[in-house]
Amino acid sequence: MNRNLRWTPWVVLRESLFYALLVGVAVVMALPFYWMVVTSFKPDTDIFSEPIRWIPQRFTFEHYVKAFTLVPFSRYFWNSTVMALLGVLANLVLGSLAGYAFARMRFRGREGLFKMKLASLLIPGVVTLIPSFIILKSFPLVGGNDLLGHGGQGLLNSYWAIVLPGAAGAFAVFFMRQFFRTLPDDLMDAARVDGASEFRIFWSIYLPLCGPALATLGIFTFQAGWNVFLWALIVFNDPKMSTVQMGLQAFSFNHQTDYGPLMAASVVVSLPVLIVFLFAQRYFTQSISFTGAKG
Amino acid sequence: MLRNPPVAPTRAVPAPPYRSRLLRHESRMAYAFITPAMGLFLIFTLLPAVFALFLSFTNYDILSPIKWVGLANYERLLTDDLFRRGVLNVAYYALLYVPLMIALSLSLGLALNRKRPGMALFRTLFYLPAVTSSIAAATVWTWMFQKDYGVVNQALDVVGIRGPNWLASSDSAMYAIVIVTLWQGLGSNIIIYLAGLSGVPTFLYEAAALDGASPWQQFCYITVPALRTTTFFVVFMSLIGAFQLFDQAYVMTQGGPGYATTTAVYQIYSNGFTQLRMGYASAQAFVLAVAILCVSLISMRLNRDSGLG
Repeated sequence: MNRNLRWTPWVVLRESLFYALLVGVAVVMALPFYWMVVTSFKPDTDIFSEPIRWIPQRFTFEHYVKAFTLVPFSRYFWNSTVMALLGVLANLVLGSLAGYAFARMRFRGREGLFKMKLASLLIPGVVTLIPSFIILKSFPLVGGNDLLGHGGQGLLNSYWAIVLPGAAGAFAVFFMRQFFRTLPDDLMDAARVDGASEFRIFWSIYLPLCGPALATLGIFTFQAGWNVFLWALIVFNDPKMSTVQMGLQAFSFNHQTDYGPLMAASVVVSLPVLIVFLFAQRYFTQSISFTGAKG
Repeated sequence: MLRNPPVAPTRAVPAPPYRSRLLRHESRMAYAFITPAMGLFLIFTLLPAVFALFLSFTNYDILSPIKWVGLANYERLLTDDLFRRGVLNVAYYALLYVPLMIALSLSLGLALNRKRPGMALFRTLFYLPAVTSSIAAATVWTWMFQKDYGVVNQALDVVGIRGPNWLASSDSAMYAIVIVTLWQGLGSNIIIYLAGLSGVPTFLYEAAALDGASPWQQFCYITVPALRTTTFFVVFMSLIGAFQLFDQAYVMTQGGPGYATTTAVYQIYSNGFTQLRMGYASAQAFVLAVAILCVSLISMRLNRDSGLG
């Protein structure tokens, strides 16, 4: 604490203004969450009241029931969960394999290949949208396609369409490489003397030391996978494959919006990442300052 | 998610004597380790980037075969009023968004950097919006921006301001999108600024205070120069994000009213996937990507010492 702080009237005023400003900003930041939650529990008649009821008089769960019965929201929830978790698994495994090789193993072309992979961070997503769509659609021998990729829908409308293109992101490889570089060399030498295979050294010696890095990467990847929108919009046209983000659109028909269920669904969509964040706050904020990455 | 992490200098590795059997084995295993990641990179990044250039010289609607048309798509781009509108809207958005983002995240970062009780709680509260999905956030804000029942206008009413019909009026729709994206983007940038501030040595302030520098002078001559790299990073990321604005415009306004919030990516999406003009949309995407790449490369050039180049 500031030892020189003397409580003169001027200081009291300054400090109060300082806190008033922060509280004001905090209210604005929290308001949408508050409003979303409050609306989701209000009966329909109270949602459109004037003046606004900031504190609800009556509580109801009907909007939550409706959210899951009006549209197949549990199906959307399942889709998003499976795809986000598969994305996490793929990135953790493939990212740490490649990151380990780039950090600790010697091979020709190591720096060049790594720089190439890293350069993909510079290619904006929008330029690969259309070609990646065509590549997925004409993947040979899947989804009714023949050997030349004609005839069927390929990998479109399957979980692969979301999982594969992001399965080993440049960020995951870079992030794991940075972490593996901080680990000591002598573990490797000792294991080699004992005759352990390269994979064994990676899997049972170095990977278990990566707990915090894997947790951080897992959280980021989960958030990214859960929040995917434009890409899902492009590769899914089967309503059964909709994600929760796309599912939110289903509550507005012909300019008529069902706000109660929509807010209930928004709460449900926001919860998983919010819960993960509150549990893993420390990792989140630390790694943002470390990598400058944005969620 | 576009990321641009700083690159640490590579540790020097002695020239590998490839004769040794261990090293041969090691490099074989290393190639096996990187194959999945590099294979996916090849199929879903490198190949598409080249393919996009090729497609931009063709007409393709998925159903009929690809037809080579040379520069026709690019010629058409020059007279496409809608695409120009999309680009101008994005530029207008960036012009509002980026300076506001810097001002707000810097001042809040400075505020949270003071040693006062409760700062950790505020930091969490300010970061919370960054965790929510852009779609859920845009959905809730759409409801809050309603003309009569909306929270925003009723709150403005309390202080005697009559709010506009935010999303239905072409004058205010873009402001609404700026507000939502600022709300969502602030948290991570505040943290980036806090990280930057933690690297400013405190003795500089002590020395300046001894010399009689006012807080404002300290801010101008110590804080701002010390945060140059951080500010560059925030500007850079915000700009690249702004160029690719899509989610909020799609959910909140569907590009409207009129074409007031149509963005470049919105145009690419609707040309490519609702009208199946894949060749033409590729030309648009390519132009936008080159613009983004130019901004990236220029700013890296300007900031060689920032650790990004």
